[in-house]
Amino acid sequence: MNNNETKGIWKIIGASSLGTLIEWYDFYIFGSLATVIANQFFPKTNPTAALLSTLATFAAGFIVRPFGALVFGRLGDLIGRKHTFLLTLVLMGGSTFLIGCVPSYESIGFLAPILVLILRLLQGLALGGEYGGAATYVAEHSPNHRRGYFTSWIQTTATLGLFISLGIILLTRHSLDADAAKSIAKFNDWGWRIPFLLSAVLVVVSIYIRLKMQESPLFSKLKAEGKTSTNPLKESFAHKANLKMVLLALFGATMGQGVVWYTGQFYAQSFIENVCKVDFDQSRTMIIWGILFATPFFVVWGSLSDKVGRKWIMILGMLVAVVSYKYLFTQILNTTDAKTKVEIVDKREVKPTVTLIKNSTDSLRKVVTKTYYEDGMKMVETKTDTVYSAIGKKTIKPVVSVAKTLGDSDYWKIVGIVFILIFYVTMVYGPIAAFLVELFPTKIRYTSMSLPYHIGNGVFGGLTPFIATLFTTIYTNDKTVGLMYPIVIATLCCVIGSLYIRNRIDPEVEGV
Amino acid sequence: MNKLKRYAGIIWIVLGPLAIHYLMATAESEIAKKPVIDTQIQWGVFLTIFYPIVIGFILFGLYALEGNYDHIPESSAEIDDYDVKPL
Repeated sequence: MNNNETKGIWKIIGASSLGTLIEWYDFYIFGSLATVIANQFFPKTNPTAALLSTLATFAAGFIVRPFGALVFGRLGDLIGRKHTFLLTLVLMGGSTFLIGCVPSYESIGFLAPILVLILRLLQGLALGGEYGGAATYVAEHSPNHRRGYFTSWIQTTATLGLFISLGIILLTRHSLDADAAKSIAKFNDWGWRIPFLLSAVLVVVSIYIRLKMQESPLFSKLKAEGKTSTNPLKESFAHKANLKMVLLALFGATMGQGVVWYTGQFYAQSFIENVCKVDFDQSRTMIIWGILFATPFFVVWGSLSDKVGRKWIMILGMLVAVVSYKYLFTQILNTTDAKTKVEIVDKREVKPTVTLIKNSTDSLRKVVTKTYYEDGMKMVETKTDTVYSAIGKKTIKPVVSVAKTLGDSDYWKIVGIVFILIFYVTMVYGPIAAFLVELFPTKIRYTSMSLPYHIGNGVFGGLTPFIATLFTTIYTNDKTVGLMYPIVIATLCCVIGSLYIRNRIDPEVEGV
Repeated sequence: MNKLKRYAGIIWIVLGPLAIHYLMATAESEIAKKPVIDTQIQWGVFLTIFYPIVIGFILFGLYALEGNYDHIPESSAEIDDYDVKPL
């Protein structure tokens, strides 16, 4: 590659990656704020129902992703990559901005959750069309022998999108008032809208950059020769020769990649916060550090895949994940377990407060117990129950919430474990764009690669935190039982991938 | 190796119905435990999503058994010149 070509490819990678990163950011702020959104848009009378509704909305976002892959993939193979992934960006940015504008349930009633659900579905649809377009676009501009390296930059965007979403949420949460507690209260009330509204600015910048981009050279060539597909859906899924590759991509690669991706980032965060009871800020900064240290490895593995092939890097990533998940998550559990620590008994603080409930003779009793440990951990337990004025009437089960703030050494130990989990993600995800691109012909590439990617990543992966949490409610004795889902799926994918995938399927696939 | 690929196809074909059975049984027991609309919606969504995926998995097994994965395309030309016979 000469200097001009090198400069050109970096412009293409920069413009494509920025848009994709913003789309991931848009998509993840919703998931990261699930509890806050539940309070705003779903009836508060039943908090569990509210949270489940949000999670269902979250899942709905993932479920429509494959449909987005079909709709926009088809469009991308018919009219071109550039205009299609410009359209997905507008759709995503618009939906995200509007979620930030929807009035709460208290203001407009059931219209609020309905609007949020519709906008969330549109987000999923847009994301379904974005990734395949960006990966195809960059791959079709890359030289053959460096396709893994150049497309791996696109692969960093999903994780960096999560990184930025977590960072902006934490910053906003702590900058709305000088008093930390008041700032958090303001954030939960209206401040959560800021990350959504901010998306509009980011999207406008990205649209401006993308408008200046040229169509992919390979697609332009096909179009000039009149060889573009007339029916990409039919050619992708109704022809056995291509369908068998779509199925292979799904069951031999993307299915395992999806569960490893979501276990390493989303389920890890959920596990640290909800199972280990580490407080909101620490559970998020742990992920932020892990992402920061691990992200360069997307490029390392992508680049290495140009030399040794894509297959074994991905398979090895799944294998080490399957073998070590149980151990790593048990380590997180043990590190945060108060039973393994020595309490500084003299420092224990117990603060009971009783407030009269409005228009009632009953009172609300809140007991906050702060416990300090020798290794620096602090645990705050808040127990709330009702004191009834009627004699003999008692609260059956008080509401208890626990938030642990870990000492430095334990904090960094968990950051180290999260780094390992995300390191596995970089192995399975770094080379996969190049792998998928090389499986399918140019004329139906956008459609063919988008569907297995979004079923693998979106459905199998996206449902990981949900299904894993569900397992913990069915099998209550083992706190790490949720890992069975990613372990079983990744094992199956590992076996299928090892058996059927070629290490370097197409070293001479057509490129620029 | 090709023999192994083909025989493994039988395992994938068998795993499909087993997965459906497991999903159905878990859905039934969970809905019976908590017969509220949330549980029904949740399991309804799971079954709706995973049915077509399981059918795809059985098809994958069938293709493997038929020997369709004995040879995987090796070059760009081979990919672009797919035999475009409909299914």
